Amino acid sequence: MNEILISLQDIAFGYPAHPVLSAVNFHLHPGERVALLGENGAGKTTLLQLMVGLHKPSAGRIHAFGRERRSEQEFREVRARAGLLFQDADDQLFCPTVLEDVIFGPLNLGRSETEARAIAEQVLDSLGLTHYADRVTHKLSGGEKRMVSLATVLAMQPQVLLMDEPTNGLDEKAEQRLLEHLESLPQAMVFVSHDRKLVERLATRAVLIQDGTLVEGIMHSHPHLHTHSHLHIHAAGIDAGHEHDGSVPEHRHAHGGADQRSG
Amino acid sequence: MMQLTLAQESAHGDWLGRFDPRLRLLTALLLALTVVALQRLPLLLTALLLALLLAWRVGLSGPLLRKRLLAMEGFMIVLLVMLPFSVPGESWLTLGPFSASLEGLWRALEIVLRANAVVILLMALIGTLEPVVLGHALGQLRLPQKLIHLFLFTVRYIGVLFDEYQTLRLAMRARAFVAGSNRHTWRSLGWLLGMLLVRSLERSRRILAAMKCRGFSGRFYLVNPNVWRHRDTLALFAAGGLAAILLLLEQTL
Repeated sequence: MNEILISLQDIAFGYPAHPVLSAVNFHLHPGERVALLGENGAGKTTLLQLMVGLHKPSAGRIHAFGRERRSEQEFREVRARAGLLFQDADDQLFCPTVLEDVIFGPLNLGRSETEARAIAEQVLDSLGLTHYADRVTHKLSGGEKRMVSLATVLAMQPQVLLMDEPTNGLDEKAEQRLLEHLESLPQAMVFVSHDRKLVERLATRAVLIQDGTLVEGIMHSHPHLHTHSHLHIHAAGIDAGHEHDGSVPEHRHAHGGADQRSG
Repeated sequence: MMQLTLAQESAHGDWLGRFDPRLRLLTALLLALTVVALQRLPLLLTALLLALLLAWRVGLSGPLLRKRLLAMEGFMIVLLVMLPFSVPGESWLTLGPFSASLEGLWRALEIVLRANAVVILLMALIGTLEPVVLGHALGQLRLPQKLIHLFLFTVRYIGVLFDEYQTLRLAMRARAFVAGSNRHTWRSLGWLLGMLLVRSLERSRRILAAMKCRGFSGRFYLVNPNVWRHRDTLALFAAGGLAAILLLLEQTL
């Protein structure tokens, strides 16, 4: 097995009267894209933040990039190498302009202003955001804010991407764009999402938080014989290339041969 | 989204935008100090007219200007009413035991003219700047970093907070809340404010966490796009000349 990027051992977090997570074990290997699933309030965001030391675990050990990490000082390096994309882009983008936001990370890592600018331009360019450099961050749309947030994280050239509901609140087009970029990235990823499409397309592995602890999710694809109708909306009178005959197709799943009927 | 700047972007006062924002700040400061030093009514009147002319040239909309000025006037009215009665001198009006002095009246007039001239001037020169640009210009003028960042953070998040306020307010209205003068109203509004405070605090924590994730270590960085050109120097000299003439007239008249 190749080296482990981030590993959590027996992590617990919470308050004595109100434990959130306990006995969590997790390992992230290079090249993996792990979907972190669980119900609302299960502690998914907390778990991501634990990995970069934004919370202190009440028990357990965190190893990242080959060393055990305990103190704030030690986690600083982790944060430079594992970029966290926040759920609300308004939390992430705090600088006046897009360019300033993107160079903030590289400058903090000790790059010179020229280098930081070069990195920023290259990252913005790779995300198709070249013309956004001088825009004022709070005037961007939701989708634009999310893409710029991703740029601010990528500008730190992290080895790992941690993302908290990256497609949350995006429309289909913006989501599609983001997804395409994420698929093209080489970094190992851990992402929280309720978005089935994102999990399906991106994840190589899934873990679930259940009753405060982490369990390995079994990701498998069935030979799905789908004959069911999807909601499809287009403007009236437009030739969408299909007939509207009003018949309702049956919903049939064939799970591994055993024929099941549902819906 | 809340309107922070006074003029719309498409206003016809675009010629002002060709100058360095720093010039606008310096000019505003210079002229404001000059106006404050003036005491003669004709000169103050001239200054007010010049300020109005400038406001008209940069395309400040009349209603907006009036609204902002009214806010200030409301603030000053008590002072204006009290001054004639409190400054000793030749009486021109007696109300029972109180008498208003001519000197006091002149003084009040002086203050009105001065305040209006300065405020209109500031609105025309600085109020029309994009807040972010203003922040950058202040930073380039070497004002204390902490103040600049406080200002820029305010600009960045005031809209976010305002949106949150509006959402909460809308949610209240959706449940048939109508503000009245009763306990229920005051308590509900109190909760609204409290909720806003709690949310702001939580947001500030998240922002700090996001900043830490990007290696924040106490330093902020601004990229300054403003370039000081020849015409800025010329304009600054012109403003300086105007100030000098006004001050000279004040001395010699």
